[in-house]
Amino acid sequence: MERRVVYRQRWLPYLLLLPQLAITLVFFIWPASQALWQSLLMEDPFGLATQFVGLRNFARLLADPEYLNSLKVTAIFSSAVAFSGLLIALVLAAMVDFGLRAAGIGQLYKTLLVWPYAVAPVLAGVLWLFMFSPAIGILAWLLGQMGYEWNHQLNGGQALFLVIVAATWKQISYNFLFFLAGMQAIPRSLLEAAAIDGAGPVKRFVTIVFPLLSPTSFFLLVVNLVYAFFDTFGIVHAITDGGPAQATSILVYKVFRDGFIALDLGSSAAQSVILMAIVITLTFLQFRYIERRVQYA
Amino acid sequence: MITRRGLLCGTTAAVALAAGLKRARAQTTIEWWHAMGGALGERVEKIAADFNAMQNEFQVKPVYKGNYTETMTAAIAAFRAGQPPHIVQIFEVGTATMMAAKGAVYPVYQLMADAGEPFDQNAYLQAVIGYYTTPEGRMLSMPFNSSTPVLYYNKTAFAKAGLDPERPPKTWPELVEYAGKLQAAGIPCGFTTGWQSWVQIENFSAWHNLPLGTKQNGFGGLDTELVFNKTYVVQHIANMGEWQKTKVFNYGGRRGDSAPLFYNQECAMYMQSSAAYAGVKANVKDFEFGIAFLPYYPDVEGAPQNTIIGGASLWVLQGHSDEDYRGVAKFFSYLSSPEVQAWWHQETGYLPITTAAYDLTREQGFYEKNPGTDTAIKQLNFKPPTENSKGLRFGNFVQIRDIINEELEAVWAGEKTAQAALDSAVARGNRLLRQFEAQYG
Repeated sequence: MERRVVYRQRWLPYLLLLPQLAITLVFFIWPASQALWQSLLMEDPFGLATQFVGLRNFARLLADPEYLNSLKVTAIFSSAVAFSGLLIALVLAAMVDFGLRAAGIGQLYKTLLVWPYAVAPVLAGVLWLFMFSPAIGILAWLLGQMGYEWNHQLNGGQALFLVIVAATWKQISYNFLFFLAGMQAIPRSLLEAAAIDGAGPVKRFVTIVFPLLSPTSFFLLVVNLVYAFFDTFGIVHAITDGGPAQATSILVYKVFRDGFIALDLGSSAAQSVILMAIVITLTFLQFRYIERRVQYA
Repeated sequence: MITRRGLLCGTTAAVALAAGLKRARAQTTIEWWHAMGGALGERVEKIAADFNAMQNEFQVKPVYKGNYTETMTAAIAAFRAGQPPHIVQIFEVGTATMMAAKGAVYPVYQLMADAGEPFDQNAYLQAVIGYYTTPEGRMLSMPFNSSTPVLYYNKTAFAKAGLDPERPPKTWPELVEYAGKLQAAGIPCGFTTGWQSWVQIENFSAWHNLPLGTKQNGFGGLDTELVFNKTYVVQHIANMGEWQKTKVFNYGGRRGDSAPLFYNQECAMYMQSSAAYAGVKANVKDFEFGIAFLPYYPDVEGAPQNTIIGGASLWVLQGHSDEDYRGVAKFFSYLSSPEVQAWWHQETGYLPITTAAYDLTREQGFYEKNPGTDTAIKQLNFKPPTENSKGLRFGNFVQIRDIINEELEAVWAGEKTAQAALDSAVARGNRLLRQFEAQYG
C-alpha cells in the first residue's frame, strides 16, 4: 500500500526540497561538472596554457601501469575493509546483543566498542603507525622478538595489511552500532518461540536474526564501500603516503597525489571522474541486484 | 543610556582603528609565503622584522604556509584565484615548474632592473645561483636556503680503529678500506646516507662530472632525457648494493631517517646535507665528529668536480603594482647584504649566497670556532661548474625522486640488480618528463 501526501500549494514541495537541492548543486553537481570539464583539458599548474585534449587524459591513465596497479590495490583494499569490517562488527554485535539480553553487561561493551568511531581518520592512522613503526613501534618490536621482521616501510604486503587493519578498526564501531540496533529491534517473541522449539543461539542467529538484519546489512554494505573508497584517505596519508612503491596507493590517494603534489590537474580530474563512475556503478549494482533479496519488514 | 554610551565608545574605537589602519595603509605590504617552520621560521620572522624596522615605506609580512609542497600548491592556487603573494619560497625540485610558468613569475634580474635597484649578479656565489639561472646565466629567483651534501664522520671511532681522525677518506676505495678497519674495531657499519637520490645519484653525478640527463641536465630544454643508467652511477649503485650485504653501507631510510644510525655510533660515517650540521651537533653526545668532502672514484676522469645545491629559493609572482615590486627589490637587496647573509648562514647552517657574506663570516672567525662548517662552500666551489654540475632542471622531479627512491630500495633489498633498477627508474622518469613537456608544449 502506498501512502501519498497531497500538498495544497503546488510550490510547497519544491520549496521544501530547495535547500537540499541547493546543497547538492553547490557541493556535488557543480564540482563534479568542473572535474568532468577539467578531465578533458591538459593544463600547466598555473593555468597559463590550457589545451583541449578530449579523452587523452583517460587514454593515458588506462595505459599507465601505475594506475592499473592502483585499481588493483583499491579492489583488494576496499573489499577487505568492507568485508572484514562488516563481519567483525556483526560478530561483536551478536555477542553484545546476547549479553544485553542475558544479563545487561553489554552496556559497557557497547560503550567501549563505539569509541573508535570518535577518532578522526588521520589520528587513527597515526595511532596504528606508532604501534607498528619499525623504529619505535611496540608491536613491531614484539613481532621482532617473535622472529618476524616487520617493516612496512619496505614491505608492500605488510603496508597494505596495516592500512586495511587501521581502516577496518575505524569503521567497526559504526557497523556495530547499526547491527546492534537492528538486533535490538527484532521482536523478542520470535526468538523466544524459536528457543522453545529447541533452537540454540547459533541456529537462532542463522535462521532468524541474520535474515531480519538484511536491510541493515545492505545499507552498511553501501556505506562501507563508499567509506573504503573515499574516507580512508586520511589513514593512508598518515601511515604510508601510498608507499612503499605504490603498494598502498588507493585511487583516492592517487587523485590527491597527482593533483596536489604532481600538479597534473587533467590527470587528477580524469581519475576522480573514473572514481566517481566506479562508485556510482557499484551503488547501482547493489541496489539493482542485492536489494532484491533484502526483506524489509 | 548604557547602550548609547557603549555605542559611542564603539564608534570612537572604530574611528581610531580606521585611522590606525590608514596609517598602516600608507606602507605597502609585501606578502612573503614561506615553508620554514619552528626555529627556522623564527629566523625568517626576524629578517622581515629587521627590514621593516629599517625603513617605513614597505612592510614585509612573512606567512608560514606549511611544508614545501603545501606552500607551492597554495601559491599556485592563489595565483589562479588572482590573489598571488608577492614572494613565495619554492624548493629546488619545483624550479622547472616555476621556470616554465613564464607569465606567472617575475624574473629577479628583470625585477631588479625595472625597479632601478642596484644589482650585481657577480656578487653572488655562482655555484648557488647557477641552479636558478636561465641557460644564458640570468637569475630567475633569489636563492634563500641552500645546502649541499657533505661527509660527517666519527673521529672517536676513527681513533679507536687506528685511523687518523684528521684524515677522513678522500676516495671511495679509501672509504671502503676504512670501513673494514672500523668494522674490525667493532663498529657495526661503515657509512649510511640521507636523501639517497640527491646524495648518491644527483650529487654523485655532479661531483664526478657526469650528466644526469641530456640537454645540460634539462637547462637546455624540456625535451631532456635521463641518462644516469648509462654512466658510472650504475657501477656505484652496484657497489653500494654489495656493501649493503657486508654492512659497509647500511640503508637507514629516506630523507633524514638514517640520522640515528650515525648518532648511536652504529655507522661511523654519514653523508647528509650541510644544513644538518645543527642537528648533528645537538644529537652527537659521546663522540667527536668531523666534516669532510664527499668521496670520489679516482678512476673517473675529472672527478672531483663540484657538488650541487638543494634547498629553496624565493620566486616573485606577477600580478602586483610597480610600487609593490619596488619594495620586493628593496627587500631582496637587504636580504642579500653581507650582514644578513652571514647571520643566516651562521645561525642555520645554510650556505651564504654572496661572496661578501662568506668573507665576512671568515673574518668574524666563525669557521675557526666551528671547524668544518666551510666544507660545504669549498666543495660547492671546488671547480667552476660544468654543464653537468650547474644544477638540475627536470619537470615532475618530485615524483621522479620518489621513483628513484623506490628503485634504489629494491637494490638495497637485493631484489633487483643496479642496472635493472636504474633502467627502470630512467624509463619511468622519462615518461614523467614527456608528460611535463606535453603540459607546457
